Amino acid sequence: MAMDMMKKVPVREQDPQVRAHNFEEVCLGYNKEEAEAEALRCLSCKNPRCVEGCPVSINIPGFINKVKEGDVAGAYAVISESSALPAICGRVCPQESQCEGKCVRGIKGESVSIGKLERYVADTAREMGIKPQGASEKKGKKVAVIGSGPSGLTCAGDLAKMGYDVKIFEALHKAGGVLVYGIPEFRLPKKAVVQKEIENVQALGVEIETDCVIGKSTTIDALMEEEGYDAVFVGSGAGLPKFMNIPGEQALGVFSANEYLTRSNLMGAFSEKSRTPIMRAKKAVIVGGGNVAMDAARTALRLGAEVHVVYRRSEAELPARAEEVHHAKEEGIIFDLLTNPVEIHADEKGWVKGITCIRMELGEPDASGRRRPVEVPGSEFDIECDCVIMSLGTSPNPLISSTTKGLETNRRRCIVADEGTGQTSKKGVFAGGDAVTGAATVILAMGAGKAAAKGIDEYLSSGN
Amino acid sequence: MFRIERVEALSSNIYLMDVYAPRIAKNALPGQFLIVRVDEDGERVPLTICDYDAEAGTVQIVFQTVGAESYRMAQLKVGDSFADFVGPLGRPSDLCEMPLEELKKMKLCFIAGGVGTAPVYAQLKWLKNQGVTADCIQGARSKDILIMEDEMAAVSNLYICTDDGSYGINGNVCVALQKLYDEGKRYDRVIAIGPMIMMKFVCQLTKELEIPTIVSMNPIMVDGTGMCGACRLMVGGEVKFACVDGPEFDGHKVDFPQAMQRMALYKTEEGRLYLEAKEGASHHGGCGSCN
Ligand SMILES: Cc1cc2nc3c(=O)[nH]c(=O)nc-3n(C[C@H](O)[C@H](O)[C@H](O)COP(=O)(O)OP(=O)(O)OC[C@H]3O[C@@H](n4cnc5c(N)ncnc54)[C@H](O)[C@@H]3O)c2cc1C
Ligand SMILES: Cc1cc2nc3c(=O)[nH]c(=O)nc-3n(C[C@H](O)[C@H](O)[C@H](O)COP(=O)(O)OP(=O)(O)OC[C@H]3O[C@@H](n4cnc5c(N)ncnc54)[C@H](O)[C@@H]3O)c2cc1C
Ligand code: FES
Repeated sequence: MAMDMMKKVPVREQDPQVRAHNFEEVCLGYNKEEAEAEALRCLSCKNPRCVEGCPVSINIPGFINKVKEGDVAGAYAVISESSALPAICGRVCPQESQCEGKCVRGIKGESVSIGKLERYVADTAREMGIKPQGASEKKGKKVAVIGSGPSGLTCAGDLAKMGYDVKIFEALHKAGGVLVYGIPEFRLPKKAVVQKEIENVQALGVEIETDCVIGKSTTIDALMEEEGYDAVFVGSGAGLPKFMNIPGEQALGVFSANEYLTRSNLMGAFSEKSRTPIMRAKKAVIVGGGNVAMDAARTALRLGAEVHVVYRRSEAELPARAEEVHHAKEEGIIFDLLTNPVEIHADEKGWVKGITCIRMELGEPDASGRRRPVEVPGSEFDIECDCVIMSLGTSPNPLISSTTKGLETNRRRCIVADEGTGQTSKKGVFAGGDAVTGAATVILAMGAGKAAAKGIDEYLSSGN
Repeated sequence: MFRIERVEALSSNIYLMDVYAPRIAKNALPGQFLIVRVDEDGERVPLTICDYDAEAGTVQIVFQTVGAESYRMAQLKVGDSFADFVGPLGRPSDLCEMPLEELKKMKLCFIAGGVGTAPVYAQLKWLKNQGVTADCIQGARSKDILIMEDEMAAVSNLYICTDDGSYGINGNVCVALQKLYDEGKRYDRVIAIGPMIMMKFVCQLTKELEIPTIVSMNPIMVDGTGMCGACRLMVGGEVKFACVDGPEFDGHKVDFPQAMQRMALYKTEEGRLYLEAKEGASHHGGCGSCN
C-alpha cells in the first residue's frame, strides 16, 4: 500500500447522509491491513511522550509493536496490564488532548492513530475469544462496589483478579453507568461492546445486583455491619443534571440531556419497538458544547429533527472530543456559537415554540484560563423550535453522602477521597470517578477505580 | 427476579399485588414509592408502596390500568415475576420523622381519592401502629368502584363520600371536608392523595380553611433517583424533583396547573402503545384514537 507517512491511515466511516438516519456505529474501525499500516507509522520513541499523556500509562509503543508483528493477543496483553476497558476507551477517550496530543509524529504531520489501534486490538481480541484471567486463589474477603460505570467496573475487575469476592450494586436496571445510559449506540455499541466488557468482568467472578439504590434499598453502613462487606468502593458518578434557571424551562419539550439520552439509550426509545416514549422533535435546540451536548444533538438529528447547538463560547473552547464535533458537522448539525439562551417561550398549551438567545463575545480569560464570554447588549434574537435540551453539566448525587455516617464531601458535593488510594474520610470506604472529581472522562474514572483497587488491597492486607 | 405472591382485583380496573422484594420490604416507610418494569422491554413505572412486610419480604402495590404498562401488569398472575422492582424511593412522609409525642397531639385528616386510597392506607396503618387514629375521607365516583373499605375502616375514623350519592356523604371529597368542618371538626393537617385534579381542589379549599395540606405528586418519571429531571415541578417558586425532594409536598405551594400540563407530554405516543397492548397486532391505526 502506497502511503503518506505524515498522515493517518484513514478510518472507514458510515456516510454522513446515511448515518444521520440510523443508530448504527459511525466509525467502522481498522481492519488488519489498515491497522498494521498505521502501526508502522509509530516511531517507537525511547521516551514515549504518548505514555505520559495517557492517564493510566498504557505501554503504547509496546502494544503497537505487537500490532506491527501481527500479534493481537500480545498487544491485548500489553494493554490489559493498564486498562480493563480498551474497546470502550479506544472509542471515547479524548485522544487528541491525551496520548495523540503528545505524539512526536504530530509535530510535523498527523499523530499516530493510537485510539483507533487500541480499538482494533480490543475488538479483534474479543472476536478471537480472548478473556482476562481470573484469580487462582481466593482471599476470603468481601468488597462491595457501588455503581457499575467505568470506575466501578474497573475497581471490581481488579479486586476480583486479586482474589476478593466482589459484588457490584447498581441503581438502574442495567449495568454500565454512563456507558449504557449516556453515550449513544452510534458511538459505543451496547450489545457488541459494552455488554461484552461487562461480561468479561463477570467472568472474573464479580456479581452484579441491579435495581439496588444504595442509600435507599440499603446503606453503606448496613452493607458493612449486616452483610459482612470488609470494604466499599463508591463509584456512583455525577448524575444530577443542571438547568439554567431561565424563564420557560418548565415548558413541555424542555429536557435535560440526561433524560433525553436515558430514554433513547437505556430505554431504547430510539427504536419503534421500545415501550418508552421520546419526543421526536421537528427543530431542537441543544444548549451546551460538551460530549453530552454532541450526543444529545446527534440523537435528536437521528430522530428526525433539524438541530442547533447553542454554545456561549467559540469553537476553540468546545469541550467535546474533536471527532464528535467533526462528525456532528458532517451530519448537518448547525452550530450557533457565542450564543446564550435567555428565555424559552411556550404556546398556550405549554409547548415550547421558541427560544430567545443573546450574542456573546470573548473577554478576558477567566479562572479556567479560557476567555470569558460576555453578552453583547441588545443582540437578542429568537430561534423557533419545539424542543430544547439542556446539557450544562452534571454534579454528584447526594443520595449516598447524605445517608452514610462520616463520609465527607466538598462544596461541590463531591466525595473527598485520596487521589492515590481512593481512601475517604470513612474507614473501609473508598471512592473514585465522577463521584469524586465531578463530571470528567471514562479513562480518568477507570484510573481512579484501579488506584482504589490497590488502595483497598493494601487496606485489607494490612488491616488499616 | 421479583415474584408476584398475590393478585387481587379490587375493582374492574384496580389491582392489588404482593411482590417479593426483601430489600424494599425491610427499608420502606409510608410515603415512599418504587419503580417497576414488567419485562426487559418495559417502561419504568412508578407506584406508591402501599404496604410492606419485612418478615415475609413482600411489598404491596395497588395500581389502576390507565395505559399500556399498567394494562400489561394486570395480565400477570401469582408466580410470575417483574423484571425489575426498585426502591424504596423518595422521602418518607414527614409524619414518620415527627416525635411521637407531637404526632399524638395532632389532628390529622387524610383524603383518599380513587387509587390514592392504597397509599393513604399505608400511612393510616403506620399511624395506627404508633397508637394514632386519624380521620379519613375516602371518595369515589360511585359505590361500586369503592375499594378497600373494610381495611380503611379498621385503621381510621372513616368517612366515605360518593360523587353520585350512591353511598355515604353525597358529594366529592371537598364537599365532605367542608361538611366535617361545618360540623365543628378542626384539623392541624390534611394529607390528600389521589388524582391531581382532586388534590388541586382540596388545596383550594384547605387554603380557605387555613389547614396546612400535604399532597403526593405523581409527575412523569424515568429513573426515580434524581438523575433525569423529568419529574421536576414548581413548589413555592422553586424547581423540585418529585422523586428525591418528594413525592410529598406542601400542597399550598405546588403549581398545579403547570404540573397537570406536564402530564400531557407523551400523551399521543402513550395512546398508541395502549391500543397496541390491548389490541395486539390487530391494531392498524386509522380510527384516529391513537394519534
Ligand atoms: C452523554 C455523555 C457522553 C460522554 N462522552 C464521553 C466521551 O466521549 N469520552 C469520555 O472519556 N467521557 C465521556 N463522558 C464522561 C464519562 O462517561 C464519565 O466521566 C464516566 O462514565 C464516569 O464514570 P463513573 O464510573 O465515575 O460513573 P458513571 O459512569 O456515572 O456510573 C455511575 C453508576 O453508579 C450508579 N449509581 C449512582 N448512585 C447510585 C446509588 N446510590 N446506588 C447504586 N448505584 C448508583 C449509576 O446508576 C451509574 O450506573 C460522557 C458522559 C456523558 C453523560
Ligand atoms: C410517585 C408516583 C407514585 C404513583 N403511585 C401510583 C399508584 O400507587 N397506583 C397507580 O395506579 N398509579 C400510580 N402512579 C401513576 C402511575 O405511575 C401511572 O399511572 C403509570 O405510569 C401509567 O403507566 P401506563 O403505561 O399504564 O400508562 P401511560 O400509557 O403511560 O399513560 C396513560 C395515561 O395515564 C396518564 N399518566 C401517565 N403517567 C402518569 C402518572 N405518573 N400519574 C398519573 N397519570 C399518569 C397519562 O397522562 C395518560 O393519559 C404513581 C406515579 C408516581 C410518579
Ligand atoms: S425521575 Fe428522574 S429525576 Fe426524578
